[in-house]
Amino acid sequence: MSTTTIALALLLGFAAGVCAGLFGVGGGILFVPTLVALGLGQVEAQATSLLAILPTAAVGAWNQRRYGNLQARTALIVGLVSVAGVELGARIATSVPEHVLRRVFAVLLFAVAAQLAWRAYRSSRRGSHYPGTR
Amino acid sequence: MRLVAIGLAAGVFAALFGVGGGILVVPLLILVASLPPRIATATSLGAIGITALAGVIVYGVRGEIDPAYGALVGLPGAAGALLGSTLQQRLRTTTITYGFALLLTALGIWLFVT
Repeated sequence: MSTTTIALALLLGFAAGVCAGLFGVGGGILFVPTLVALGLGQVEAQATSLLAILPTAAVGAWNQRRYGNLQARTALIVGLVSVAGVELGARIATSVPEHVLRRVFAVLLFAVAAQLAWRAYRSSRRGSHYPGTR
Repeated sequence: MRLVAIGLAAGVFAALFGVGGGILVVPLLILVASLPPRIATATSLGAIGITALAGVIVYGVRGEIDPAYGALVGLPGAAGALLGSTLQQRLRTTTITYGFALLLTALGIWLFVT
């Protein structure tokens, strides 16, 4: 592996982490393509991405806890149930064509994005919508 | 009960697309569980950590994880998460929400074109 490749991988990893910290996502959206670009197969890239997400999410959650923003009990419930959801998702994935799934989820994401933007717009017009936050 | 539904949805999404469930957990915590955006993003990170840990154990046993590459992107990822979550404290709640809506739109477009 060349120095440039390593530098680029470090940079993309860092960018994924910044996104993770800012928006509460794991960073897999950037980790997976980076790992594929480094030469891993799709399955290995997705599996290895989970290993990369682990320190990223842990450090982000720990830092947010210092600011008093982490609801540990909620995180525990959602996290544990989603492990079961992964099992369910794997079954759905084998029974529905992938291009159909992708389009359905794309539309879902647009709808959620619009809903979030609307809520933010409404709260900024009314002043803070959430008590105790800026 | 709502939290159970959120967790299930996130897990299904993660399994189908190999991306973390966070992209779905954050908006669902805001829209369904009525958490403020900053709390939602923080709590999502905690949930993702648990899900990722389970995944690492399962895939690790199967030998499908490359630890060196995982560290190569994951360690700068942790440094980035420290910076990102610190920066986030300076942002207004509405800015975080608009930013997240943009992120979702970009991902939706990506799902359509690829």
